[in-house]
Amino acid sequence: MSLWGILAINSVAFGGLLFLLSAGFSLIFGLMRIPNLTHGSMFMLGGYIGASLNLAYHLPFWLAALGAAATVAVFGGLIERLLLRRLAGSVLAQVLVTLGISFIVADFCLLAWGGDPVSVATPPGLTGGVRAFGLYFTTYRFAIILVACVVAALLWALLDRTRLGAMIRAGVDDPEMARVVGIRVSRLFTTVFCLGAALAGFGGIMGAPVLTVYPGLDGDMLPLALVIVILGGAGSLLGSLVGSFLIGILYNFGQAMFPELAYFVLFLPMVLVLVLRPQGLFGRYAP
Amino acid sequence: MGIRVNRRKFLAGTAAVAGVASFPMPAIAQNKPVKIGLLCDKTGPLAEGGLQMEQGVTLYLKSKAMSLAGHKIELIVADTGSSPATTKTKAQELVERDKVNFVLGPLAAFQLFAISDYVIQNKMPTLCLAGADDLTQRKPNPFLTRASATSSQAEHVMGDFAAKVMGLKKVACLDSDFAFGYEQEGGFQQVFEDSGGKVVKKIWAPLGAPDFTPFIAQIQDCDGVHQGFAGAAPVKFMKQYADVGLKLPVVGGETAGDDALLPRFGDEAIGLVNACPYTIDLKNDANAKFKAGMMKEYQAIPGFYAASMYVTVEVVESALRALHGDVSKPEQTVKALRAVSLKDTVRGPLHFDRFGNAVGSMFVRKIVKEGGKLTNVTQKTYENVSQFWPYDEAKYLAQPSYSRDYPAVKS
Amino acid sequence: MTGRIIAGLAALAALAALVAVPWWVPGDYYISIASQILIYAVFALGVDVLIGYAGLVSLGHAGLFGLASYAVAVALAGGSAQFGAILLALAVTLAGTAIFAALSLRATGIGFIMITLAMGQIMWGLAYRWFDLTNGDNGVNVAARPMPFGFDLEVASNFYFATLVVFLLALLIAWVFVHSPFGASLKGTRDQPRRMTALGYHVWMIRFCACLFSGLLTAIAGILFVYYTKFISPQSLALTSSAEVVLMVISGGSGTLLGPVVGAALVVIVKNVASAYIERWNMLLGAIFVAIVLFMPEGLVPGSARLGRFILRQLRGAPAKAAKP
Repeated sequence: MSLWGILAINSVAFGGLLFLLSAGFSLIFGLMRIPNLTHGSMFMLGGYIGASLNLAYHLPFWLAALGAAATVAVFGGLIERLLLRRLAGSVLAQVLVTLGISFIVADFCLLAWGGDPVSVATPPGLTGGVRAFGLYFTTYRFAIILVACVVAALLWALLDRTRLGAMIRAGVDDPEMARVVGIRVSRLFTTVFCLGAALAGFGGIMGAPVLTVYPGLDGDMLPLALVIVILGGAGSLLGSLVGSFLIGILYNFGQAMFPELAYFVLFLPMVLVLVLRPQGLFGRYAP
Repeated sequence: MGIRVNRRKFLAGTAAVAGVASFPMPAIAQNKPVKIGLLCDKTGPLAEGGLQMEQGVTLYLKSKAMSLAGHKIELIVADTGSSPATTKTKAQELVERDKVNFVLGPLAAFQLFAISDYVIQNKMPTLCLAGADDLTQRKPNPFLTRASATSSQAEHVMGDFAAKVMGLKKVACLDSDFAFGYEQEGGFQQVFEDSGGKVVKKIWAPLGAPDFTPFIAQIQDCDGVHQGFAGAAPVKFMKQYADVGLKLPVVGGETAGDDALLPRFGDEAIGLVNACPYTIDLKNDANAKFKAGMMKEYQAIPGFYAASMYVTVEVVESALRALHGDVSKPEQTVKALRAVSLKDTVRGPLHFDRFGNAVGSMFVRKIVKEGGKLTNVTQKTYENVSQFWPYDEAKYLAQPSYSRDYPAVKS
Repeated sequence: MTGRIIAGLAALAALAALVAVPWWVPGDYYISIASQILIYAVFALGVDVLIGYAGLVSLGHAGLFGLASYAVAVALAGGSAQFGAILLALAVTLAGTAIFAALSLRATGIGFIMITLAMGQIMWGLAYRWFDLTNGDNGVNVAARPMPFGFDLEVASNFYFATLVVFLLALLIAWVFVHSPFGASLKGTRDQPRRMTALGYHVWMIRFCACLFSGLLTAIAGILFVYYTKFISPQSLALTSSAEVVLMVISGGSGTLLGPVVGAALVVIVKNVASAYIERWNMLLGAIFVAIVLFMPEGLVPGSARLGRFILRQLRGAPAKAAKP
């Protein structure tokens, strides 16, 4: 009994973390059609920067998290303005540049933080947990779920209730028409890229007390982000949310129930969706 | 924030020593330098261990002013990038281009397998760190000497301690799903069960899994847990283990509670019992000097990787002395290496068995908090442990290699 | 005209340089590096058939590459003859490619990339988990290289010549493929798939055949690779390996035949040779990719050709100025 309980809680908690990782990717890919292969590196960079702010500069955890998100957002903005902007429409060049940058970031992190994993202590006040129904519920994992929901709500409000959000949605649906209507698409792109980067960086530091930060974290997380966006559909917030929780469930229950298929349990559903419904569960268009 | 290799200091230190070494030396050291090649991972997921390997090697060489047994030493470090194909290329670089006399490393078993045949073909005396049991057992490599241990060596001792001292009766094993994990778990299981315990479940976590919770959740009906993770994963594991709320004692091998990794753990690691061929609290002159040197040069606490390579260079020195510096005949060189017997290394006494694998002390330690910091404290020292301990060599070699399914879980 | 003559002379010079490698390259180690470049060049050519000429980016080709390598290694370990192992590898990889293609071609664009990524990961996972067949991460060793017509391929320069011959053949069949009517229709499906369908071309079948051809080249590269390293392990099938070869193609110039070769040379040299001198070689490689995107986004080969034409125009077009020699 307790096995299923733990798996259920963790599915939701891991799903929340994955949402922070994938929401940014989905926005960037949905609006700008750019497969941002630097996304995993941004997640990792956010984790490292947040850890340094928290441990070396003694900033409280939440401040460090915001600081990390802001730094990664600036980094993302620079990439978009200086590099990605000139490559509009050229998918291959985008792949090359984003992968190239991920190499640079990964090596930089190795140089700056060394090969050892960086451990971030659970923020005070959220340590420990509660025992109920024969299970142990870690407070921090609940916090992750809560934060993910808050972020999801904020993003929804942004997309649904603000002008910026309307412009983003217009851009996702039909970029040419958006331009015709007078939307400053290039400024929008930079904003969205910064937002996506900030989300990734924030996810990295949020996840640090659970996953730690280590060389190779970017490679472990990026395929998950890709799978979620494909499953859920690019450019759809709901798709990211549903996709994240689906993958959270698959990751936990799938690996526990089918240990022989551990390497495949995440990809098979994705392949199924691609084959049956290429735009993903909630996507607006087939990529 | 933690331990970092201060690269500039490291390079400056090396340069300074190199400068000293180029001063006029006594005539005896004027012969051709002996070249040592080091295969280690300076980039990629294994970088953490690789950097420590380099530290261990260079520290020993520096302490001897880049000269062993009266012969000038040239060290060439090659980055294997955590990849077996690159390891092979770098091995070729060291052997064919740089014409080294000894190859030290590599770190990982799969990298060692990639170069094993090549090393034999080119008759290159190799002193590896990698565990890969069979390369000193059922598929022995005649040019290999291993001053560290096989992957299962320390785990045999762990199994004994867990059953006889800790009194564990039923253990669930959660290990990494690759050869190193199989050998660690297999070594533990065999001795644990032969000492009266029972492994109730074997759970394998795939490589690259960011979250071990789904696997930890499957631990049930036992009074202890064995974990077999390497690199950065043990830190993650202990955190996630604590998050699930389990309080059962955890045991592991040399990678589970490596001294160099301890600053990365939080309080959840207190009480972790681990077996290792090296321990930071070994009280002898060599270890004191070693620890002081690591702290001074690299501001680092040494662990298994650095210590193994430090001892490895000491073994090379000993062999060079016995050979009077004549490294022209590789078979003789290997013989001399395997004949080395040292009393007071950083890991205590050390000699080699007929396969070239280390025979030495294994230390079972427990993580405690002392002075606000986590450290390992030795609970028991097992002396003269070979790769076959506690079994008879012939009987051990007759059984299959440890794998996912061997030893099997007895129902 | 001048451009064609220069290109022709350059090609001859390059060929001569390639053939003469064992003489001007300093030592066996560098000859082995040259072999490695050629092997990856064949692999990159295979991937370029899809990326450049079919417009399909695959992030799972290392799975097929590794499949060929494993087929050879496992067959040899099982006691097969060299020739038999090679044939088996070709057959198994082509079969694997057929399955790969049948599944992946359900989508195009990003969907294709993702399915191929998933296929690659599945192959990688199988290589780890199917311990009885593949020996897991301990990998499989190859005891000896073949001895065609009595040449001992254990000698670095002999192996290089054998690889060079295979490489030139691969380049030739790729050239024929690309310049054939089939190649033209493939480019058509890349640029205007709907129009091609309207014209009556069976776009799916054209793409499928292109995948098979790509699989053939990939298989050849995989076979050469396992003879080169005499070892295969699951790491060669990882996502990073698939990404690496895609980077070779894009950086060199997709849609050209020489681009993949140049890209392969770039990556192999930085990874193996530069890494001996530069500790931060990963950063260097990343920086080179970024620089290529900034200054020659279509790739090194087309970019250099463009640069060459620009220089020629300047030399020719400069009025009344003294002609440069």
